[in-house]
Amino acid sequence: MDSKLNYVLQLADTCLIHSQRLSEWAGHAPVLEEDLALSNIALDLLGQARALLTHAGQIEGAGRDEDRLAFLREERDYRNIVLVELPNAAASPSDGGGGRDFALTMLRNAAVSIWLELLYERLQASGDAELAGIAAKSLKEVRYHRQHSCDWVVRLGDGTGESQARMQAALGVLWPYFNELFAAGGVDGVGPAWSELEPEWRARWAALMQEATLTPPRDSAMQSRGIDGIHSEHMGHMLGTMQFLQRTYPGGVW
Amino acid sequence: MNLAAARERLAAVPDPEIPAVTLVDLGIVRDLRETPGGVEVVLTPTYSGCPATELIADDVRAALAEFGEVVVTMQRTPAWTTDWITPEGREKLQQYGIVPPQCSAEQAIRLVPKLRCPRCDGGRTEQLSRFGSTACKSTWRCIACGEPFEYFKPI
Repeated sequence: MDSKLNYVLQLADTCLIHSQRLSEWAGHAPVLEEDLALSNIALDLLGQARALLTHAGQIEGAGRDEDRLAFLREERDYRNIVLVELPNAAASPSDGGGGRDFALTMLRNAAVSIWLELLYERLQASGDAELAGIAAKSLKEVRYHRQHSCDWVVRLGDGTGESQARMQAALGVLWPYFNELFAAGGVDGVGPAWSELEPEWRARWAALMQEATLTPPRDSAMQSRGIDGIHSEHMGHMLGTMQFLQRTYPGGVW
Repeated sequence: MNLAAARERLAAVPDPEIPAVTLVDLGIVRDLRETPGGVEVVLTPTYSGCPATELIADDVRAALAEFGEVVVTMQRTPAWTTDWITPEGREKLQQYGIVPPQCSAEQAIRLVPKLRCPRCDGGRTEQLSRFGSTACKSTWRCIACGEPFEYFKPI
């Protein structure tokens, strides 16, 4: 695959799959305000994914639009990080439906939104004008996502014994998957290697953990590779739900 | 072609989600120009995922239909900012019960503002959530009168 196309898809699919997982909360959040917040964050990410997938389709030049890329690819063709495809609860059966853990969801949102903020900041200067424009717009949105999720990480981490234990447990589950946030290579004139984000991300994360009185686990050597299309067992189940309509009624439109 | 008439017509198109203000009030309309077959309207979407974007384009097409072929162009750069909401738009939002942005988008990165209740003008208010019923608003409550209200987030 063209390296620029691959780079844009890694970001586009991460936004798309993250949005899909978050949207599973619609109607199920602990309070109405959080239902609205999670839905709105999912919506922003979906909008970002749409713009990025449209752009990816143009780079590819094979006539595929956002919908064909979102709904009619095979699992191996998705380039999102594994972190965002994990179910909303660690103990979820395997299907990605049903189980929802608010602590895990907020912790993941914090990790991804800090990362997206750092990445979009840099992509504003991309030599690819379309990508730079998408980044400048998306950056404003993810700042609100980051503030919201980090507030919750602190509130629950430095909260009751129960809330802290659940945040700490979520951290243990997600921690090995954070390595992939820095795994993708850069493309000259398009965007930086994700490894360039790592020092600042880790510094911000450490400050957040301290404020939230959470203890980071020992560094993990695990390296997930969703960015190469190697996904977890959860991805196929999720795509089954996500692609159901287009697979059942090919070409269906509103 | 009477561009002034088209501009006037365009200026009356309400936002589909907050009909108290028009698209022009919100600063979404970047340009209106004449084309050989009609008019072209350049719009800047508010939020990436705003579900009203397509509806807005449809409303603009319908409003200007009598001026010939209407081409709606979406322009992402420069990104829309609440700094573009007109003074008139801010006043209308306030009257409608939505507190307009109280600072520039740049300042909003660091500040959580102190808001006055749009109903009772009480100064003791608290933010309930950074998000609200639409992507562009956050949810607040007035401690004095107990009523919830919304704030148009600076972005």
